[in-house]
Amino acid sequence: MTQPLLRLTGLTKAYPGVVANSDVSFNINAGEVHALLGENGAGKSTLVKMIYGLVKPDTGSMALNDAPFAPPAPSAARQSGVAMVFQHFSLFEALNVAENIALGMENAPKQRDLAAKIKEVSHQYGLPLDPYMRVGDLSAGERQRVEIIRCLLQNPKLLIMDEPTSVLTPQEVEILFKTLRQLKSEGTAILYISHKLEEIRSLCDTATILRLGKKVATCTPADTSAKELAEMMVGETLHVPERAAGDFGDVLLNVQNLSLPAPSEFGTALKDVNFEVRAGEILGIGGVAGNGQDELLGALSGEVSSKNAVGLRGRDISKLGPQQRRALGVLAAPEERLGHAAVPDMSLTENALLSAAVRKDMMRSGFLHWGKAKDYAQEVIEAFDVRTPGPANAARSLSGGNLQKFVIGREVLQDPDVLIVNQPTWGVDAAAAAAIRQSLMDLAAKGAALIVISQDLDELMEISDHFAALNEGRLSAIRPVQGLSVEEIGLMMGGVHSGVEGAA
Amino acid sequence: MIRLEKRAQPSQFWTFATPFLAVIMTMIVGGIMFAALGSDPFEAIRTIFWDPLFSEQFAAYSRPQLLVKAGPLILIAIGLSLGFKAGIWNIGAEGQYIIGAICGAGMGLAFYPSESFVIFPLMILAGALGGWAWAMIPAVLKVRFGTNEILVSLMLVYVAENLLASVSSGLLKNPDGMGFPGSRNLQQYPAAANLEIFQSTGMHWGVLSAFIAVIFAYALLSRHMFGFQIRLAGEAPRAARFAGVRPSRIVFLCLGIAGALAGMAGMFEVAGPAGQITIDFNSGYGFTAIIVAFLGRLHPIGILFAGLLMALTYIGGELASLMLGIPSAAIQLFQGMLLFFLLATDVFINFRIRFSKREVV
Repeated sequence: MTQPLLRLTGLTKAYPGVVANSDVSFNINAGEVHALLGENGAGKSTLVKMIYGLVKPDTGSMALNDAPFAPPAPSAARQSGVAMVFQHFSLFEALNVAENIALGMENAPKQRDLAAKIKEVSHQYGLPLDPYMRVGDLSAGERQRVEIIRCLLQNPKLLIMDEPTSVLTPQEVEILFKTLRQLKSEGTAILYISHKLEEIRSLCDTATILRLGKKVATCTPADTSAKELAEMMVGETLHVPERAAGDFGDVLLNVQNLSLPAPSEFGTALKDVNFEVRAGEILGIGGVAGNGQDELLGALSGEVSSKNAVGLRGRDISKLGPQQRRALGVLAAPEERLGHAAVPDMSLTENALLSAAVRKDMMRSGFLHWGKAKDYAQEVIEAFDVRTPGPANAARSLSGGNLQKFVIGREVLQDPDVLIVNQPTWGVDAAAAAAIRQSLMDLAAKGAALIVISQDLDELMEISDHFAALNEGRLSAIRPVQGLSVEEIGLMMGGVHSGVEGAA
Repeated sequence: MIRLEKRAQPSQFWTFATPFLAVIMTMIVGGIMFAALGSDPFEAIRTIFWDPLFSEQFAAYSRPQLLVKAGPLILIAIGLSLGFKAGIWNIGAEGQYIIGAICGAGMGLAFYPSESFVIFPLMILAGALGGWAWAMIPAVLKVRFGTNEILVSLMLVYVAENLLASVSSGLLKNPDGMGFPGSRNLQQYPAAANLEIFQSTGMHWGVLSAFIAVIFAYALLSRHMFGFQIRLAGEAPRAARFAGVRPSRIVFLCLGIAGALAGMAGMFEVAGPAGQITIDFNSGYGFTAIIVAFLGRLHPIGILFAGLLMALTYIGGELASLMLGIPSAAIQLFQGMLLFFLLATDVFINFRIRFSKREVV
């Protein structure tokens, strides 16, 4: 293999105020799994968008099989054999698998033929999928398979995968890796974007590391330790959180027999959830996305009221709304940053007011104190190193990681007694994730009770004292984190979703 | 090749500039339309925008008319804008305006011929309550059964129009009116009349209320938690719920305020410029106020100016059809263009235009 499949030469792309990529050059060979590593804002997304034809480079060139390659649109990229699986799926929940796949095709065959083709491909690559299942009924892992099979039907030469494992159970990750290795053996090149260093070390042949838009190095991950990789990526030594093992205090939050109907056709019903959290304790709740995480957060934050199910220091608060719970010290940070935790088109000052009005005294008999809101936004920006020109900027102008720091910081700095967070470090780079985790642990050390809902098991293992998993709205037994193995966790997470092979 | 590129932040400049750009584009395209209809476009535009205010011949009559027409438009549009900001689409202000007028006039006529000073304040109250009650119908149906407030409020306009026809030839018919439909003329009943506060300025109590509403709405939206909640509900419903906003409360309050203000506008109109309840009392203020609300960017100060501008096109339009024989349909089209161009130019707020040559592959 002397001639690379895709050659990138001096790619540069600047946006107003920021250079996303600066003179990036590397090669991807056929049959190679090539990792693209970097912090948030390092320019990974922009780079793959250029390859996929979504963004045009300012300077620099690409060559596919030695022929100049400059796709004006994703359809052109697909025709040249470049396919991409996005981190956020573009699927219609109300349509079935085959219909969804047909929608993305230029000349879609008949349903029946397509279904047969889907079955064949899914079998061939060990990705079991029923073409007639409604996408709304599928787990996140299964939805990802739909996206992968959509790509595979085009016989791609290069498959780009953007953080594919962030929504998968350990078992599903194994299945995915088997598929990727099979594709590799057939000569397909894979460009694999991830934050998870161990994953990259076990799967990828080559890794290119980006930092602040520039290529730092291309190396062989198998010969490089995770620590070295992380250091190249971050440019500074990783801050590994530590916490002193302490005794827990009184029970702050207790939940008993919490059952709630599904909020919508595609939501999950909560079924008889029971747990309690003590002062100083972090309860980690794992589980595959869509198993009741959002619903649980809503019931705890007060967005959804329940009946005699949620208690704070023995007092029933299940009928109270979010503002009343905040006044009592129960705070929450939802998973969806834009549109739930923050309003995209509003400034950071306004977004600070969103959840901090009560506790930070920004309101006098209904009238708002904007000065205090602005000061508080500034305080969060400084304390959590949120990179933005200032509190007057709109939430949507921040990168995902920076907005996440703002959202978490906004809650943490209000000194809550109980804090519930969902996916605190989703899509956040390693340095920022470590800072967020450390702030959560500091909060617990000060005597707050924390509930951390996350799909990142490493994260939960690192910071929680106790662990439980959500599966189809049910909460597993709560176990101390010490001594838990990944296999046990996998079993706690249930894994009984249709089609996951190898699960008990 | 022209491309649209999304801005990182909404542009401050274009937020203010688009209304002006829309007015200019309306003048240009409207001028072409007038030319096609055989009138001199420059004269037509001048007649619409300039003559009502500054011509020696007409200004004395039309300048006070500016406030008379703008008052109800602004009052209604302020109420509507709160709902529109929250994503609640009350299209039925015209109906709430009619019911407010009926209730207000009914209250006044019930006391006829008493001269008590409480009559006028009671009429204001009755008008506001009537409009509020009419708006509560779509609100309750929406919260209780999830119906679409656009359809319900719009349909209720036609119900209100039929009620208006019924009372003007029945319940509220002038007993001394020699059988003609229509109520007593409230302007000839001093205790119930909505008189000018300053002589021949057009400034009646309804116009004053509109100005007060502008100030209140401004304070509400920029300084008060409820205004913040309205904006939250409109921009990100989930985030609003996270902030503790109860959606049903927003529905009731927004529709209620809009209904009450529209009802008041109707009452001031019937007790003032119109004088009496007649079958064709309503003249479309409730619908035009929707344009005014958007033309003013749903911002209270913007609505104030948009209401004045819209009133100007009304008066100028009448003048143009009178003096130049431009059909009234063309004038309506001209007003419609204003909204059309405003919505079209809105794209500049969130996007920038990039001209780029198609690259040679």
